[in-house]
Formats: sequence, C-alpha cells, structure tokens
Amino acid sequence: MSTIEKPLLEVSDLVVAYGTRREPTPVLHGVSLQVGAGECLGLVGESGSGKSTLGKAVLGLVPVASGTITFDGRDITHAKGRDRRELAADIQVVFQDPYGSLDPLMTVGDILAEPLATAGTGRAEAKAAVGEMLDRVRLPKNVLDRYPREFSGGQRQRIAIARALVRRPRLIICDEPVSALDLTTQATILELLIELQRDSGVSYLFVSHDLGVVRRVCHRVAVMYRGDLVETGDGEQITNDPQHAYSRRLLMASPVADPVLQAERREAWLALRAEQAA
Amino acid sequence: MTAPLTDNIGSREHRRGSTFVRLLKRPAGAISFAILVLIVLVAVFAPLLAPYDPNFVDLAITRAAPSPEHPLGGDTTGRDVLSRLIYGTRITLWGAFVAVGTSIVIGVPSGLAAGYFGGRTDRIGTWISDAVQSVPGMIILLIVGANTGNNFDLLMITVGVFMAPGYFRLTRSTVLAVRNEPYVDAARVAGLSNTRIMTRHVIRPVLAPIVIQSALTAGMAMGMQAGLQFLGIGGGTTPGWGAAMNEGFRVMRTDPLLLLWPSLALGISIAALAVLGSTLADVISVKTTTLTRRQRRRLAATNADALPAGAVEAATGSVSHAAADSAVRLENLRVKHETPRGVVEVVHGITLDVAPGEVLGIVGESGSGKSQTVFSMLDLLPKSGYYTADAIWIGGEDVTRLPRAARAKLLGHRIGYVPQEPMTNLDPSFTVGHQLTEPLRAVHGMSRSVAKARALAMLERVGIADPARVMRSYPHELSGGMAQRVLIAGAIAGRPSVLVADEPTTALDVTVQAEVLELLRELQQEYRMALVIVTHNFGVVADICDRVVVMRSGSIEEIGETTRLFAAPEREYTRELIAASLDGAESRGELDRAAREPAGSTRAADPAAATQNTDASDEADRREVRA
Repeated sequence: MSTIEKPLLEVSDLVVAYGTRREPTPVLHGVSLQVGAGECLGLVGESGSGKSTLGKAVLGLVPVASGTITFDGRDITHAKGRDRRELAADIQVVFQDPYGSLDPLMTVGDILAEPLATAGTGRAEAKAAVGEMLDRVRLPKNVLDRYPREFSGGQRQRIAIARALVRRPRLIICDEPVSALDLTTQATILELLIELQRDSGVSYLFVSHDLGVVRRVCHRVAVMYRGDLVETGDGEQITNDPQHAYSRRLLMASPVADPVLQAERREAWLALRAEQAA
Repeated sequence: MTAPLTDNIGSREHRRGSTFVRLLKRPAGAISFAILVLIVLVAVFAPLLAPYDPNFVDLAITRAAPSPEHPLGGDTTGRDVLSRLIYGTRITLWGAFVAVGTSIVIGVPSGLAAGYFGGRTDRIGTWISDAVQSVPGMIILLIVGANTGNNFDLLMITVGVFMAPGYFRLTRSTVLAVRNEPYVDAARVAGLSNTRIMTRHVIRPVLAPIVIQSALTAGMAMGMQAGLQFLGIGGGTTPGWGAAMNEGFRVMRTDPLLLLWPSLALGISIAALAVLGSTLADVISVKTTTLTRRQRRRLAATNADALPAGAVEAATGSVSHAAADSAVRLENLRVKHETPRGVVEVVHGITLDVAPGEVLGIVGESGSGKSQTVFSMLDLLPKSGYYTADAIWIGGEDVTRLPRAARAKLLGHRIGYVPQEPMTNLDPSFTVGHQLTEPLRAVHGMSRSVAKARALAMLERVGIADPARVMRSYPHELSGGMAQRVLIAGAIAGRPSVLVADEPTTALDVTVQAEVLELLRELQQEYRMALVIVTHNFGVVADICDRVVVMRSGSIEEIGETTRLFAAPEREYTRELIAASLDGAESRGELDRAAREPAGSTRAADPAAATQNTDASDEADRREVRA
C-alpha cells in the first residue's frame, strides 16, 4: 500500500483560511497528501492542527483559498452545485458526534433512504439497499421505524456509517468517528470499519487525535501540526518510531495501558520535554 | 437512557400524539382548545345556528331587550343581535386567517433563507424586517383603508405584512441554531440540494414555534380587526364584532348590553388563543418534570419502605486501610435519582477507601456510576439525586453526620475538586484573579493581600509563566490547558488533604494531558495529598494510579494495586476494558497480514482469540448505556 500508482484522492498545496476576506487566518498552509484506492490514511494532530479542516475541504464544506483537490483524476477543488451533488455518489462522511449527525426528527429508515432518494433510486431498490446496509453494520431490521434518540452512541455511529455506505462511495472521510464513544464500543466500531473496507474496497481519510486508534485502522499516517504536515509514513512506523520531533512528542505523550511501559514512556517524554525547553 | 434494541415498536403511537395529548391534559389547554373549536363550529354552521338573517331589519325590535324570540335583543336599526354575533364569527376568523396566512407566507420563507444562507441574504432580510417594524402600522392601515374603499381582505393582508417580522425573526433564529448541526452537513455531503435540505431538515424544528406564534398572532389580528371596524374602517355591510362594538359604544349609556355582547365574544376568543399559545409553548419546552422538595422526600421514603430486601443489589467493594487512617472512605454508598418514571438507583452500595498520599483511580465506561460516586464524596450531586451511605469518612471524620453547612465548608478546605471541562467551570464574567482569591477570602478568611499572594504563588506552582498577567485575564483568554492549570491552582490553594479530579484530562489534547498529569503527580507528592482520579482511560491509570477501582453499572467489579490489576486482572470485564485500549493490539498492517495468511500461522491470526474478542466487544456495545 505504501506505493500508490494512481491515487484516488490527491491533495496538493492546499491552503484554507478562516475569518474575513480582508483578514484571513490561515489554518492550512499548503498541505499535500494522497489516498490510494482501498487505503486508510490517518490524519493525526492536536486540536487546531487543521486535520478536521482538511477533511471538510475535501467534502466542500469549507472554501479553499489555493491549491487543488483531485478525486479520481478530476479537479474537485471548487466543485459547486450540481457537480458537488454528483460527488455524493463517491465521497461520504462519518462525523464525530453521534448525537448531532442524525436528524432527530427523522426515522432511521428515512435517514438511510434519503441519500438514495436524492440519487433517484426507486423505492423498492432503496429499501433493499437499506436492508443490506443494516445487515452490514449489524443492526436489526426493526430499527427502521425508530428515531435516533432511542439509540446509544455506538448504535448511532453504526447508523451514520450505514448512511455513508448506502450509495457505495469510494472514499469516506471519517472525522473522529470513535472519539465520543466508550472504549469497548470504540473497538467494535473500528472492527466494523476495517471489515467494511476489506469487503468493499472503500478508502478512508481517517481524522483522529488518538494514535492508538489510528494505528489500529490506518495503513499510512500523516501527522499535522499547526496547519502543516510534518511527517507522513507507514502506520506502524509512525506509531512506533516517528522521525519528526513533534510526532515523537505526540507519541510519548500518549499514555499506554501498561504501568511498566508507561513508566518508560513517561521518562522518554520528560527527556523530550527537557530537550525542547533547552 | 437508551431503550434496548429489542423492545417493541408499539410505544411509538403513544409518543406521536403526545404533544397534543399533553396539551389537552392541562386544564388551560383543554378549555382554550374547546372554546376555539366551538368558535370555529359556530362560524362554519352560522346559517344553521343563526335564528334570523343578520341584515334583516325588523323595526319592531329596535333596541329591544332580550326576549325568547331574540335572546340577545335587537340592535339600533332593528336587527337580531345574536344572529349578527354568530355571523360576525365568520368575518372575525376569516380576517385572522388572512392576516396570519400573509404573515407566514412572507415571514417564514424569508426567515428560512436568511438563517440558512446567512451573509448578504441575511443582512437584506433583517434590514427589511427592521424597516417594516419601524413603520407606524396604524397610519398605513388608515391610508390603505381610505384608498381601497375599505377593502376588508386588503386591510387584513396589510395587517399580516406588519406582523411578518415576528415570523421572520423567529424562523431565522431557529434556523441559525439548526444550520450548524452536523446532520445538515451530512445532508449536504449526501448530495441534497439546498431546497431539499431546507424543506427536509431545517424547517421541521421551526414548525412548533410557528404554531405557537400563530395562536398569538391570530389573537392580535382579531384585536386589530375589531379596532379598525370600531373606527369604522373595513366594516362595510358585514356584521363584524368591531362594528357592533362601535354601534354599542354610541348607545352605551342607554343600552349597555349592545356593547357587552361583541366585547365578550372578542375578549373570549383572544384570551383563548393567548392561553392556547402559551400552554402549547409550555408543553413543548417542558420535557422533564422537576419534583418539589416534599415530593422528593416522599418518594425517598416510599422507595425505602417499598423495596423488598431481595431487590436491593448487593454491596460491592472493600477497604484496605483503617477508617481513622484513610483520607476518604465510603461505606455502602448508594446514589439514587428521581426520574419521571420513579427512583432509579445508579450506584448500588459501594465501599472503597484511599489513604493519605495514595493515588486512587476510579475507572469505568459511561453509566458505570464513577462520576456519581465522586459527586457524592464532594456532596455535589445534581438536584435530582441523593445518596445514602453507612458512612463517608473524610480525614477520619464521618461527614454524613455533619450539618449541611459544615459539610459544605470541607470543600476547598479538606477536599479539593478538579472538574472535567475546564472552560465551563470558570465564570466568563470574572477575572481569573477574582475567581481564585474569592474562595480564599470567603472560606479561609484571608485578607485581600494574603489571598492574592497565595493565588499568585499557586499559579506559579502550577507552571503558569506569567501569573500576574493571568490573574488579570478573563477565562476566554486562556487555552484549555491553561484553564485546567488555573482550576488545579484553585483546588489546591486551600491545601486540601484530598484532591478529587473528575476526568481532568479528557477534554485536553494528549500533549496537554501529559503536562497536566505530570503536574498532578508533582503536586500530590509535594503536598502528600490523597488523589482520586476518575477516568475511562487506562493509559491515565497506568501513568499515575497506585490502586484502581473498576466500576460497571453502579457496582465495583474489582479493586487492586495498579501493577497487579494490569498484569493479572481478576475479572473478565477488567481484561476486556484493558484490551479495548488498543495499546499493544495489532496494527492495521499486522491485521491485514494476518487476514491474508492461513489461520493459526501467526499469533495475530489465532481465530479463537479473534472471535472471542469480537463477541466480547459486541456484547459491550449492546450493554452500553448512556445516561
């Protein structure tokens, strides 16, 4: 996976700025990355690093100041209106907040069928596709008539994943999809995402602040720091032996669930901190 | 609470009609609704109900007193008053309908567009709305009336235009709140057009407030209409209530009843609409019932009596130190909450302790009762909750025997608290300095200068580079990590013997988390404090805790020394939780390689281990309960 012949998604020199036109505050200063077909690319960094903004730029939810985003050879940097709506067939999203990402006034059945109805799929066909997706994310059929508030965080996230998958997209932007979940729920959702990727060959751009999570699901990992991409590499390598100073600090700051290893890691982190202060 | 997936769908019927049912359950709602239904029926069946033609003149009954043939008598020109009132209902309702309809047609779509698109659309819409509101409506109505020969419909449309800004502002503000919800973004990504997003997702939350607004607007429109007719505008030959009031007013001294009847009709209608509107608003906004103190006491009493001994969950946990030697010791702590469905016990009799200078971790998933446990320790349970315990020892004293005020004094003195969300726990309208010195002066009786010196020293101690500047800052000027340091400074400023931290690093980045944990460790060692850390993160436990309490669904699963607990967990649940931390778990590369190779050839591909893990975590997902 490390060599990509023809990337599915290619972001080059992307600049995104918030604020007013006269006083823009840049949040991404020229970021470049690639995601291959069937690949999961992790995007890690702390809050304010610009990792979520990058995902939103690919989805067309924030305006791009300069640089290009290419999907399957097509320039989608400034896709608007009809062009953007057509991309819905190929690019989808799973958000962090399993409570806010489902319309509380719609039934689960309507939520899942909506993307298909928008695409003009027939009713019977849509129903079959929705049923299949529920099986895939392991939810029983009787959830269709119910409202999101009746479900737990993990179950809602399954519904959100089913909605993202229902049009069989080629790329899903996962924006911190498990960080609001309990640990054991988090593990099952990650399991599900891996399984779905193996079955369907979908690509993930996986945004997370948690190195453990990223190590589990991502083939490659890109580390972001204050709007810049500081290091990209193999998932195992970045989460075991990162090269860039910031990546090392990030790794050593993440506590391990093992008292002995954690004591060593803390020593390493204290040494890095002293080094940085000097 | 989340309903389990398996329960049936039959309960939906009940919910669907619930707003309406709840409205009718309230006397005010039922009565006002009945009156309005009656008024509508009268209007619809006016020709059947009215005993006479409203415009038929019978000079014999001019100003006649009520009689069996004419229950309300005759008016000044000899027409039957009752018949005119009944027909007047039609014109009154029609007028209100036209005005409200116009308002909705203008106000709602423009408010929707302004709220959804924002920017220039919003500025123009708001500008027009403000402009309309600043125009004196009555004068415009008089001009319209004069130039259109008192065309009634046109007058009511004009009334509607002047009421449209109410709808515009209501719709705009509701849409603004909904627009940034992730589900609207998700709909955009799903390829929905703007029109579709607005009609499918954005407009629905607006509907309830519009219904409420319409009830009130209809009442106002009726008042305006009567007022216009009273002035002789828009009456024409139609038997409106306002026109009848005008006529009654002229003969008020001789025949006061002629003024009374139309006024009553109008007053009752408007009052019914106003009451209906406000009751509806109440019904929609009030979702939880709050109990009075007395109800709570009664519930607590009945609950204690009614529960058969067998139904009480067995107490769990154990102590490791003598009561007198422990910094904190909970004995058989139970926490209960009142919900609309009755009392729910969320912590089922737990026992634990922590020694001075010891770091105790309380871990568990959401719904495990870990936060409720420390809130009981601090006596900071939310209003709906209360606890019972055989004893709560803090510093060798059973605090359950203390009066409330004495107990509250322990906070900050003997026991300090670091909350989860640093930002929401600082008051945005006071400087950091004020928030740090105030408790020192109030609780510890320090003078202003001593308190200030102590606060500065504490800020310096928690690693804040420029304490004097931070003292002058407001919370919004601080980062999350800084804010948490400030709260830690505040918690230790009173030199407590116990520091309780509830998920102190959950809202922070890992790099900041490491700093805060390091700080807590240093402070704990420096002051020989007992530290109780509530967390869901086993990495945090491994980093800082001496002993760990694992909680699940309100009970203690196991208590143990940190190294022992990680090396050899006694309970399957503990093992599962540690495994779910993903540290040392296979990476994606390893998982993929294992999936490609035949089963059994590598450790990672051990099919038994893999299935077991999936089953366990699936079960965990089903179990997951969100409070």
